[in-house]
Amino acid sequence: MEKFIVHTGTAVPLRRSNVDTDQIIPAEYLKRITRHGFEDGLFSAWRKDPAFVLNQPHYEGATVLVAGPDFGTGSSREHAVWALQDYGFAVVLSSRFADIFRGNSGKGGLLSAQVDQEVIEALWAAIEADPSLDVTVDLERREVRAGDLVAEFDVDDYVRWRLMEGLDDIGITLQHADDIAVFEASRPSWKPTTTPVI
Amino acid sequence: MGRTLAEKVWDDHVVRRATGEPDLLYIDLHLVHEVTSPQAFDGLRHAHHRPVRRTDLTLATEDHNVPTIDILQPIADPVSKAQVDALRHNCEEFGVPVYSLGSVDQGIVHVVGPQLGLTQPGMTVVCGDSHTSTHGAFGALAFGIGTSEVEHVLATQTLPLKPFKTMAVTVDGALPEGVTAKDVILAVIAKIGTGGGQGYVLEYRGSAIEGLSMEGRMTLCNMSIEAGARAGMIAPDDTTFAYLKGRTHAPTGADWDAAVEYWHTLPTDPDATFDAEVVIDASTLTPFVTWGTNPGQGLPLSASVPTPDDARDEVDRVAIERAIEYMGLTPGMPLRDITVDTVFVGSCTNGRIEDLRAVAEILEGRTVADSVRMLVVPGSVRVKQQAEEEGLDKVFLNAGAEWREAGCSMCLAMNPDKLAPGERSASTSNRNFEGRQGPGGRTHLVSPAVAAATAVTGHLSAPADLSPVATA
Ligand code: SF4
Repeated sequence: MEKFIVHTGTAVPLRRSNVDTDQIIPAEYLKRITRHGFEDGLFSAWRKDPAFVLNQPHYEGATVLVAGPDFGTGSSREHAVWALQDYGFAVVLSSRFADIFRGNSGKGGLLSAQVDQEVIEALWAAIEADPSLDVTVDLERREVRAGDLVAEFDVDDYVRWRLMEGLDDIGITLQHADDIAVFEASRPSWKPTTTPVI
Repeated sequence: MGRTLAEKVWDDHVVRRATGEPDLLYIDLHLVHEVTSPQAFDGLRHAHHRPVRRTDLTLATEDHNVPTIDILQPIADPVSKAQVDALRHNCEEFGVPVYSLGSVDQGIVHVVGPQLGLTQPGMTVVCGDSHTSTHGAFGALAFGIGTSEVEHVLATQTLPLKPFKTMAVTVDGALPEGVTAKDVILAVIAKIGTGGGQGYVLEYRGSAIEGLSMEGRMTLCNMSIEAGARAGMIAPDDTTFAYLKGRTHAPTGADWDAAVEYWHTLPTDPDATFDAEVVIDASTLTPFVTWGTNPGQGLPLSASVPTPDDARDEVDRVAIERAIEYMGLTPGMPLRDITVDTVFVGSCTNGRIEDLRAVAEILEGRTVADSVRMLVVPGSVRVKQQAEEEGLDKVFLNAGAEWREAGCSMCLAMNPDKLAPGERSASTSNRNFEGRQGPGGRTHLVSPAVAAATAVTGHLSAPADLSPVATA
């Protein structure tokens, strides 16, 4: 995974709350068995509407998504994170994220940064006034900057550290393989196994 | 100080704890299905072929994508077929047991685990599926994970996790006649909102919960995720033990006694405290249905579609307007006036034998309205067999409903069972998101009893609305 320290790019205002993962990527796209190539599925139902914000040419190339509260609710599909990344997003800003989505995004290197709803509203207004406005998301200082606006954001300490170091979770855990073996040796014998009973 | 059920289960699974790091938690059972696993197995392959650490604590089944008719023919949709084939291939290569189409143990992961007796109190259970919360009905700590985490559990049988907060959801009193577990959970979600449980494990407690069957408890815990919670739990008791005893993977003999002794230590201590608490009076509950496009947009069946003026704030007002438009409703119209084209009975929320019995009881001697297509999809092959032994299939077929093979089916419409654009359903599943049951489809979430009554009248109805069946 690449290290994430500071990201600067233009942004898209998504004025919707409760953006669930079925909207981010509908189930029909989940049949694929690869980890890339999901950009066509991103918000695919909404993108059929020419008025939808992602269809506005002035937001082309944006890498920061500024969304309403309760972003990423619903299903655990990590495809939602992949679709956002494949489309080109590096950061999502919202005043509240669903837990699983937030966890998934940290694993895949997409930053879900939580800011107050007033900051979201201010960003929406600023981006709509000037779509070419650069938004900087500084993970080291936990800060969003855009024009005159400077706001702190909230991100889990451990996720921040992993993103900044670009570390792979499984590799970290496997360093503790001995602890896992010790734990396994003490599990009660009556715990079930999945070995088929014939 | 006392501990809650969730805290006890957590503490008993900590492999490693270090300041500034998440706890490393051991996973007792990892359920796998075709949709969220292929990229995880691929990840193992790319990492110099890491093995699956505990194939004996891992179980796969085919459910999301599979057809519910002609299941022994090759799957017609080539993309679905490739995904199911990938699961079979991965399981074979890595040594993971899999219940494929045609096996008597195939079915929806969250129906199969409990029915095999694999889900037991005090366990940690994960699956790449948000409705893993279902298994919390047994007093297990069970939650959905993403594909990277699936890979992590396959490789290490552990997960690094930060402790959840705990919320008590107390439902005291007796549920009125005709009010089911589904109505309780829809009322809970409407009360706390789709984000209200975020960061929490919910523990359902109180006399109304204790009175529920295991099936009802699973329905309740299943939809915890729709309130934003990672998991829902219910303290194990005699109902739990009676359900487990004698199941394929349940302990036997001295092991059973040791297990029960341990299970008795799990319920929340009297002096434990929760981080938050919600109290609901069971006697105030009535059949509940959703009108909008998230599970928090629900109301008693006797109510009317809200108007934008009912909104709590600006964000809510926009959400209400958008939902009413998408759902094609008129603000202020009685919910009972909403007519449906399709009734879907099934899913990991309400696809168990008790749910099918509830539907059959209402359909017995009645017929599905001409304007309605009704699909009854059992949650697993075993549920299907049981229903057929009891003659429920005949009741469904005689009433004019379709009786299908096991799978997720129209819950998420990855297989051919879908709503057409603009079509409206009353569905016993768990999500009414835009397009969830097919692009442009409109979903009202209901209990099995309301689904059956609605199928008969053609508009949202409770069993109490039906005229009695004429007896010969
Ligand atoms: S029945 Fe629906 S909610 Fe349950 S596992 Fe299948 S798709 Fe998910």
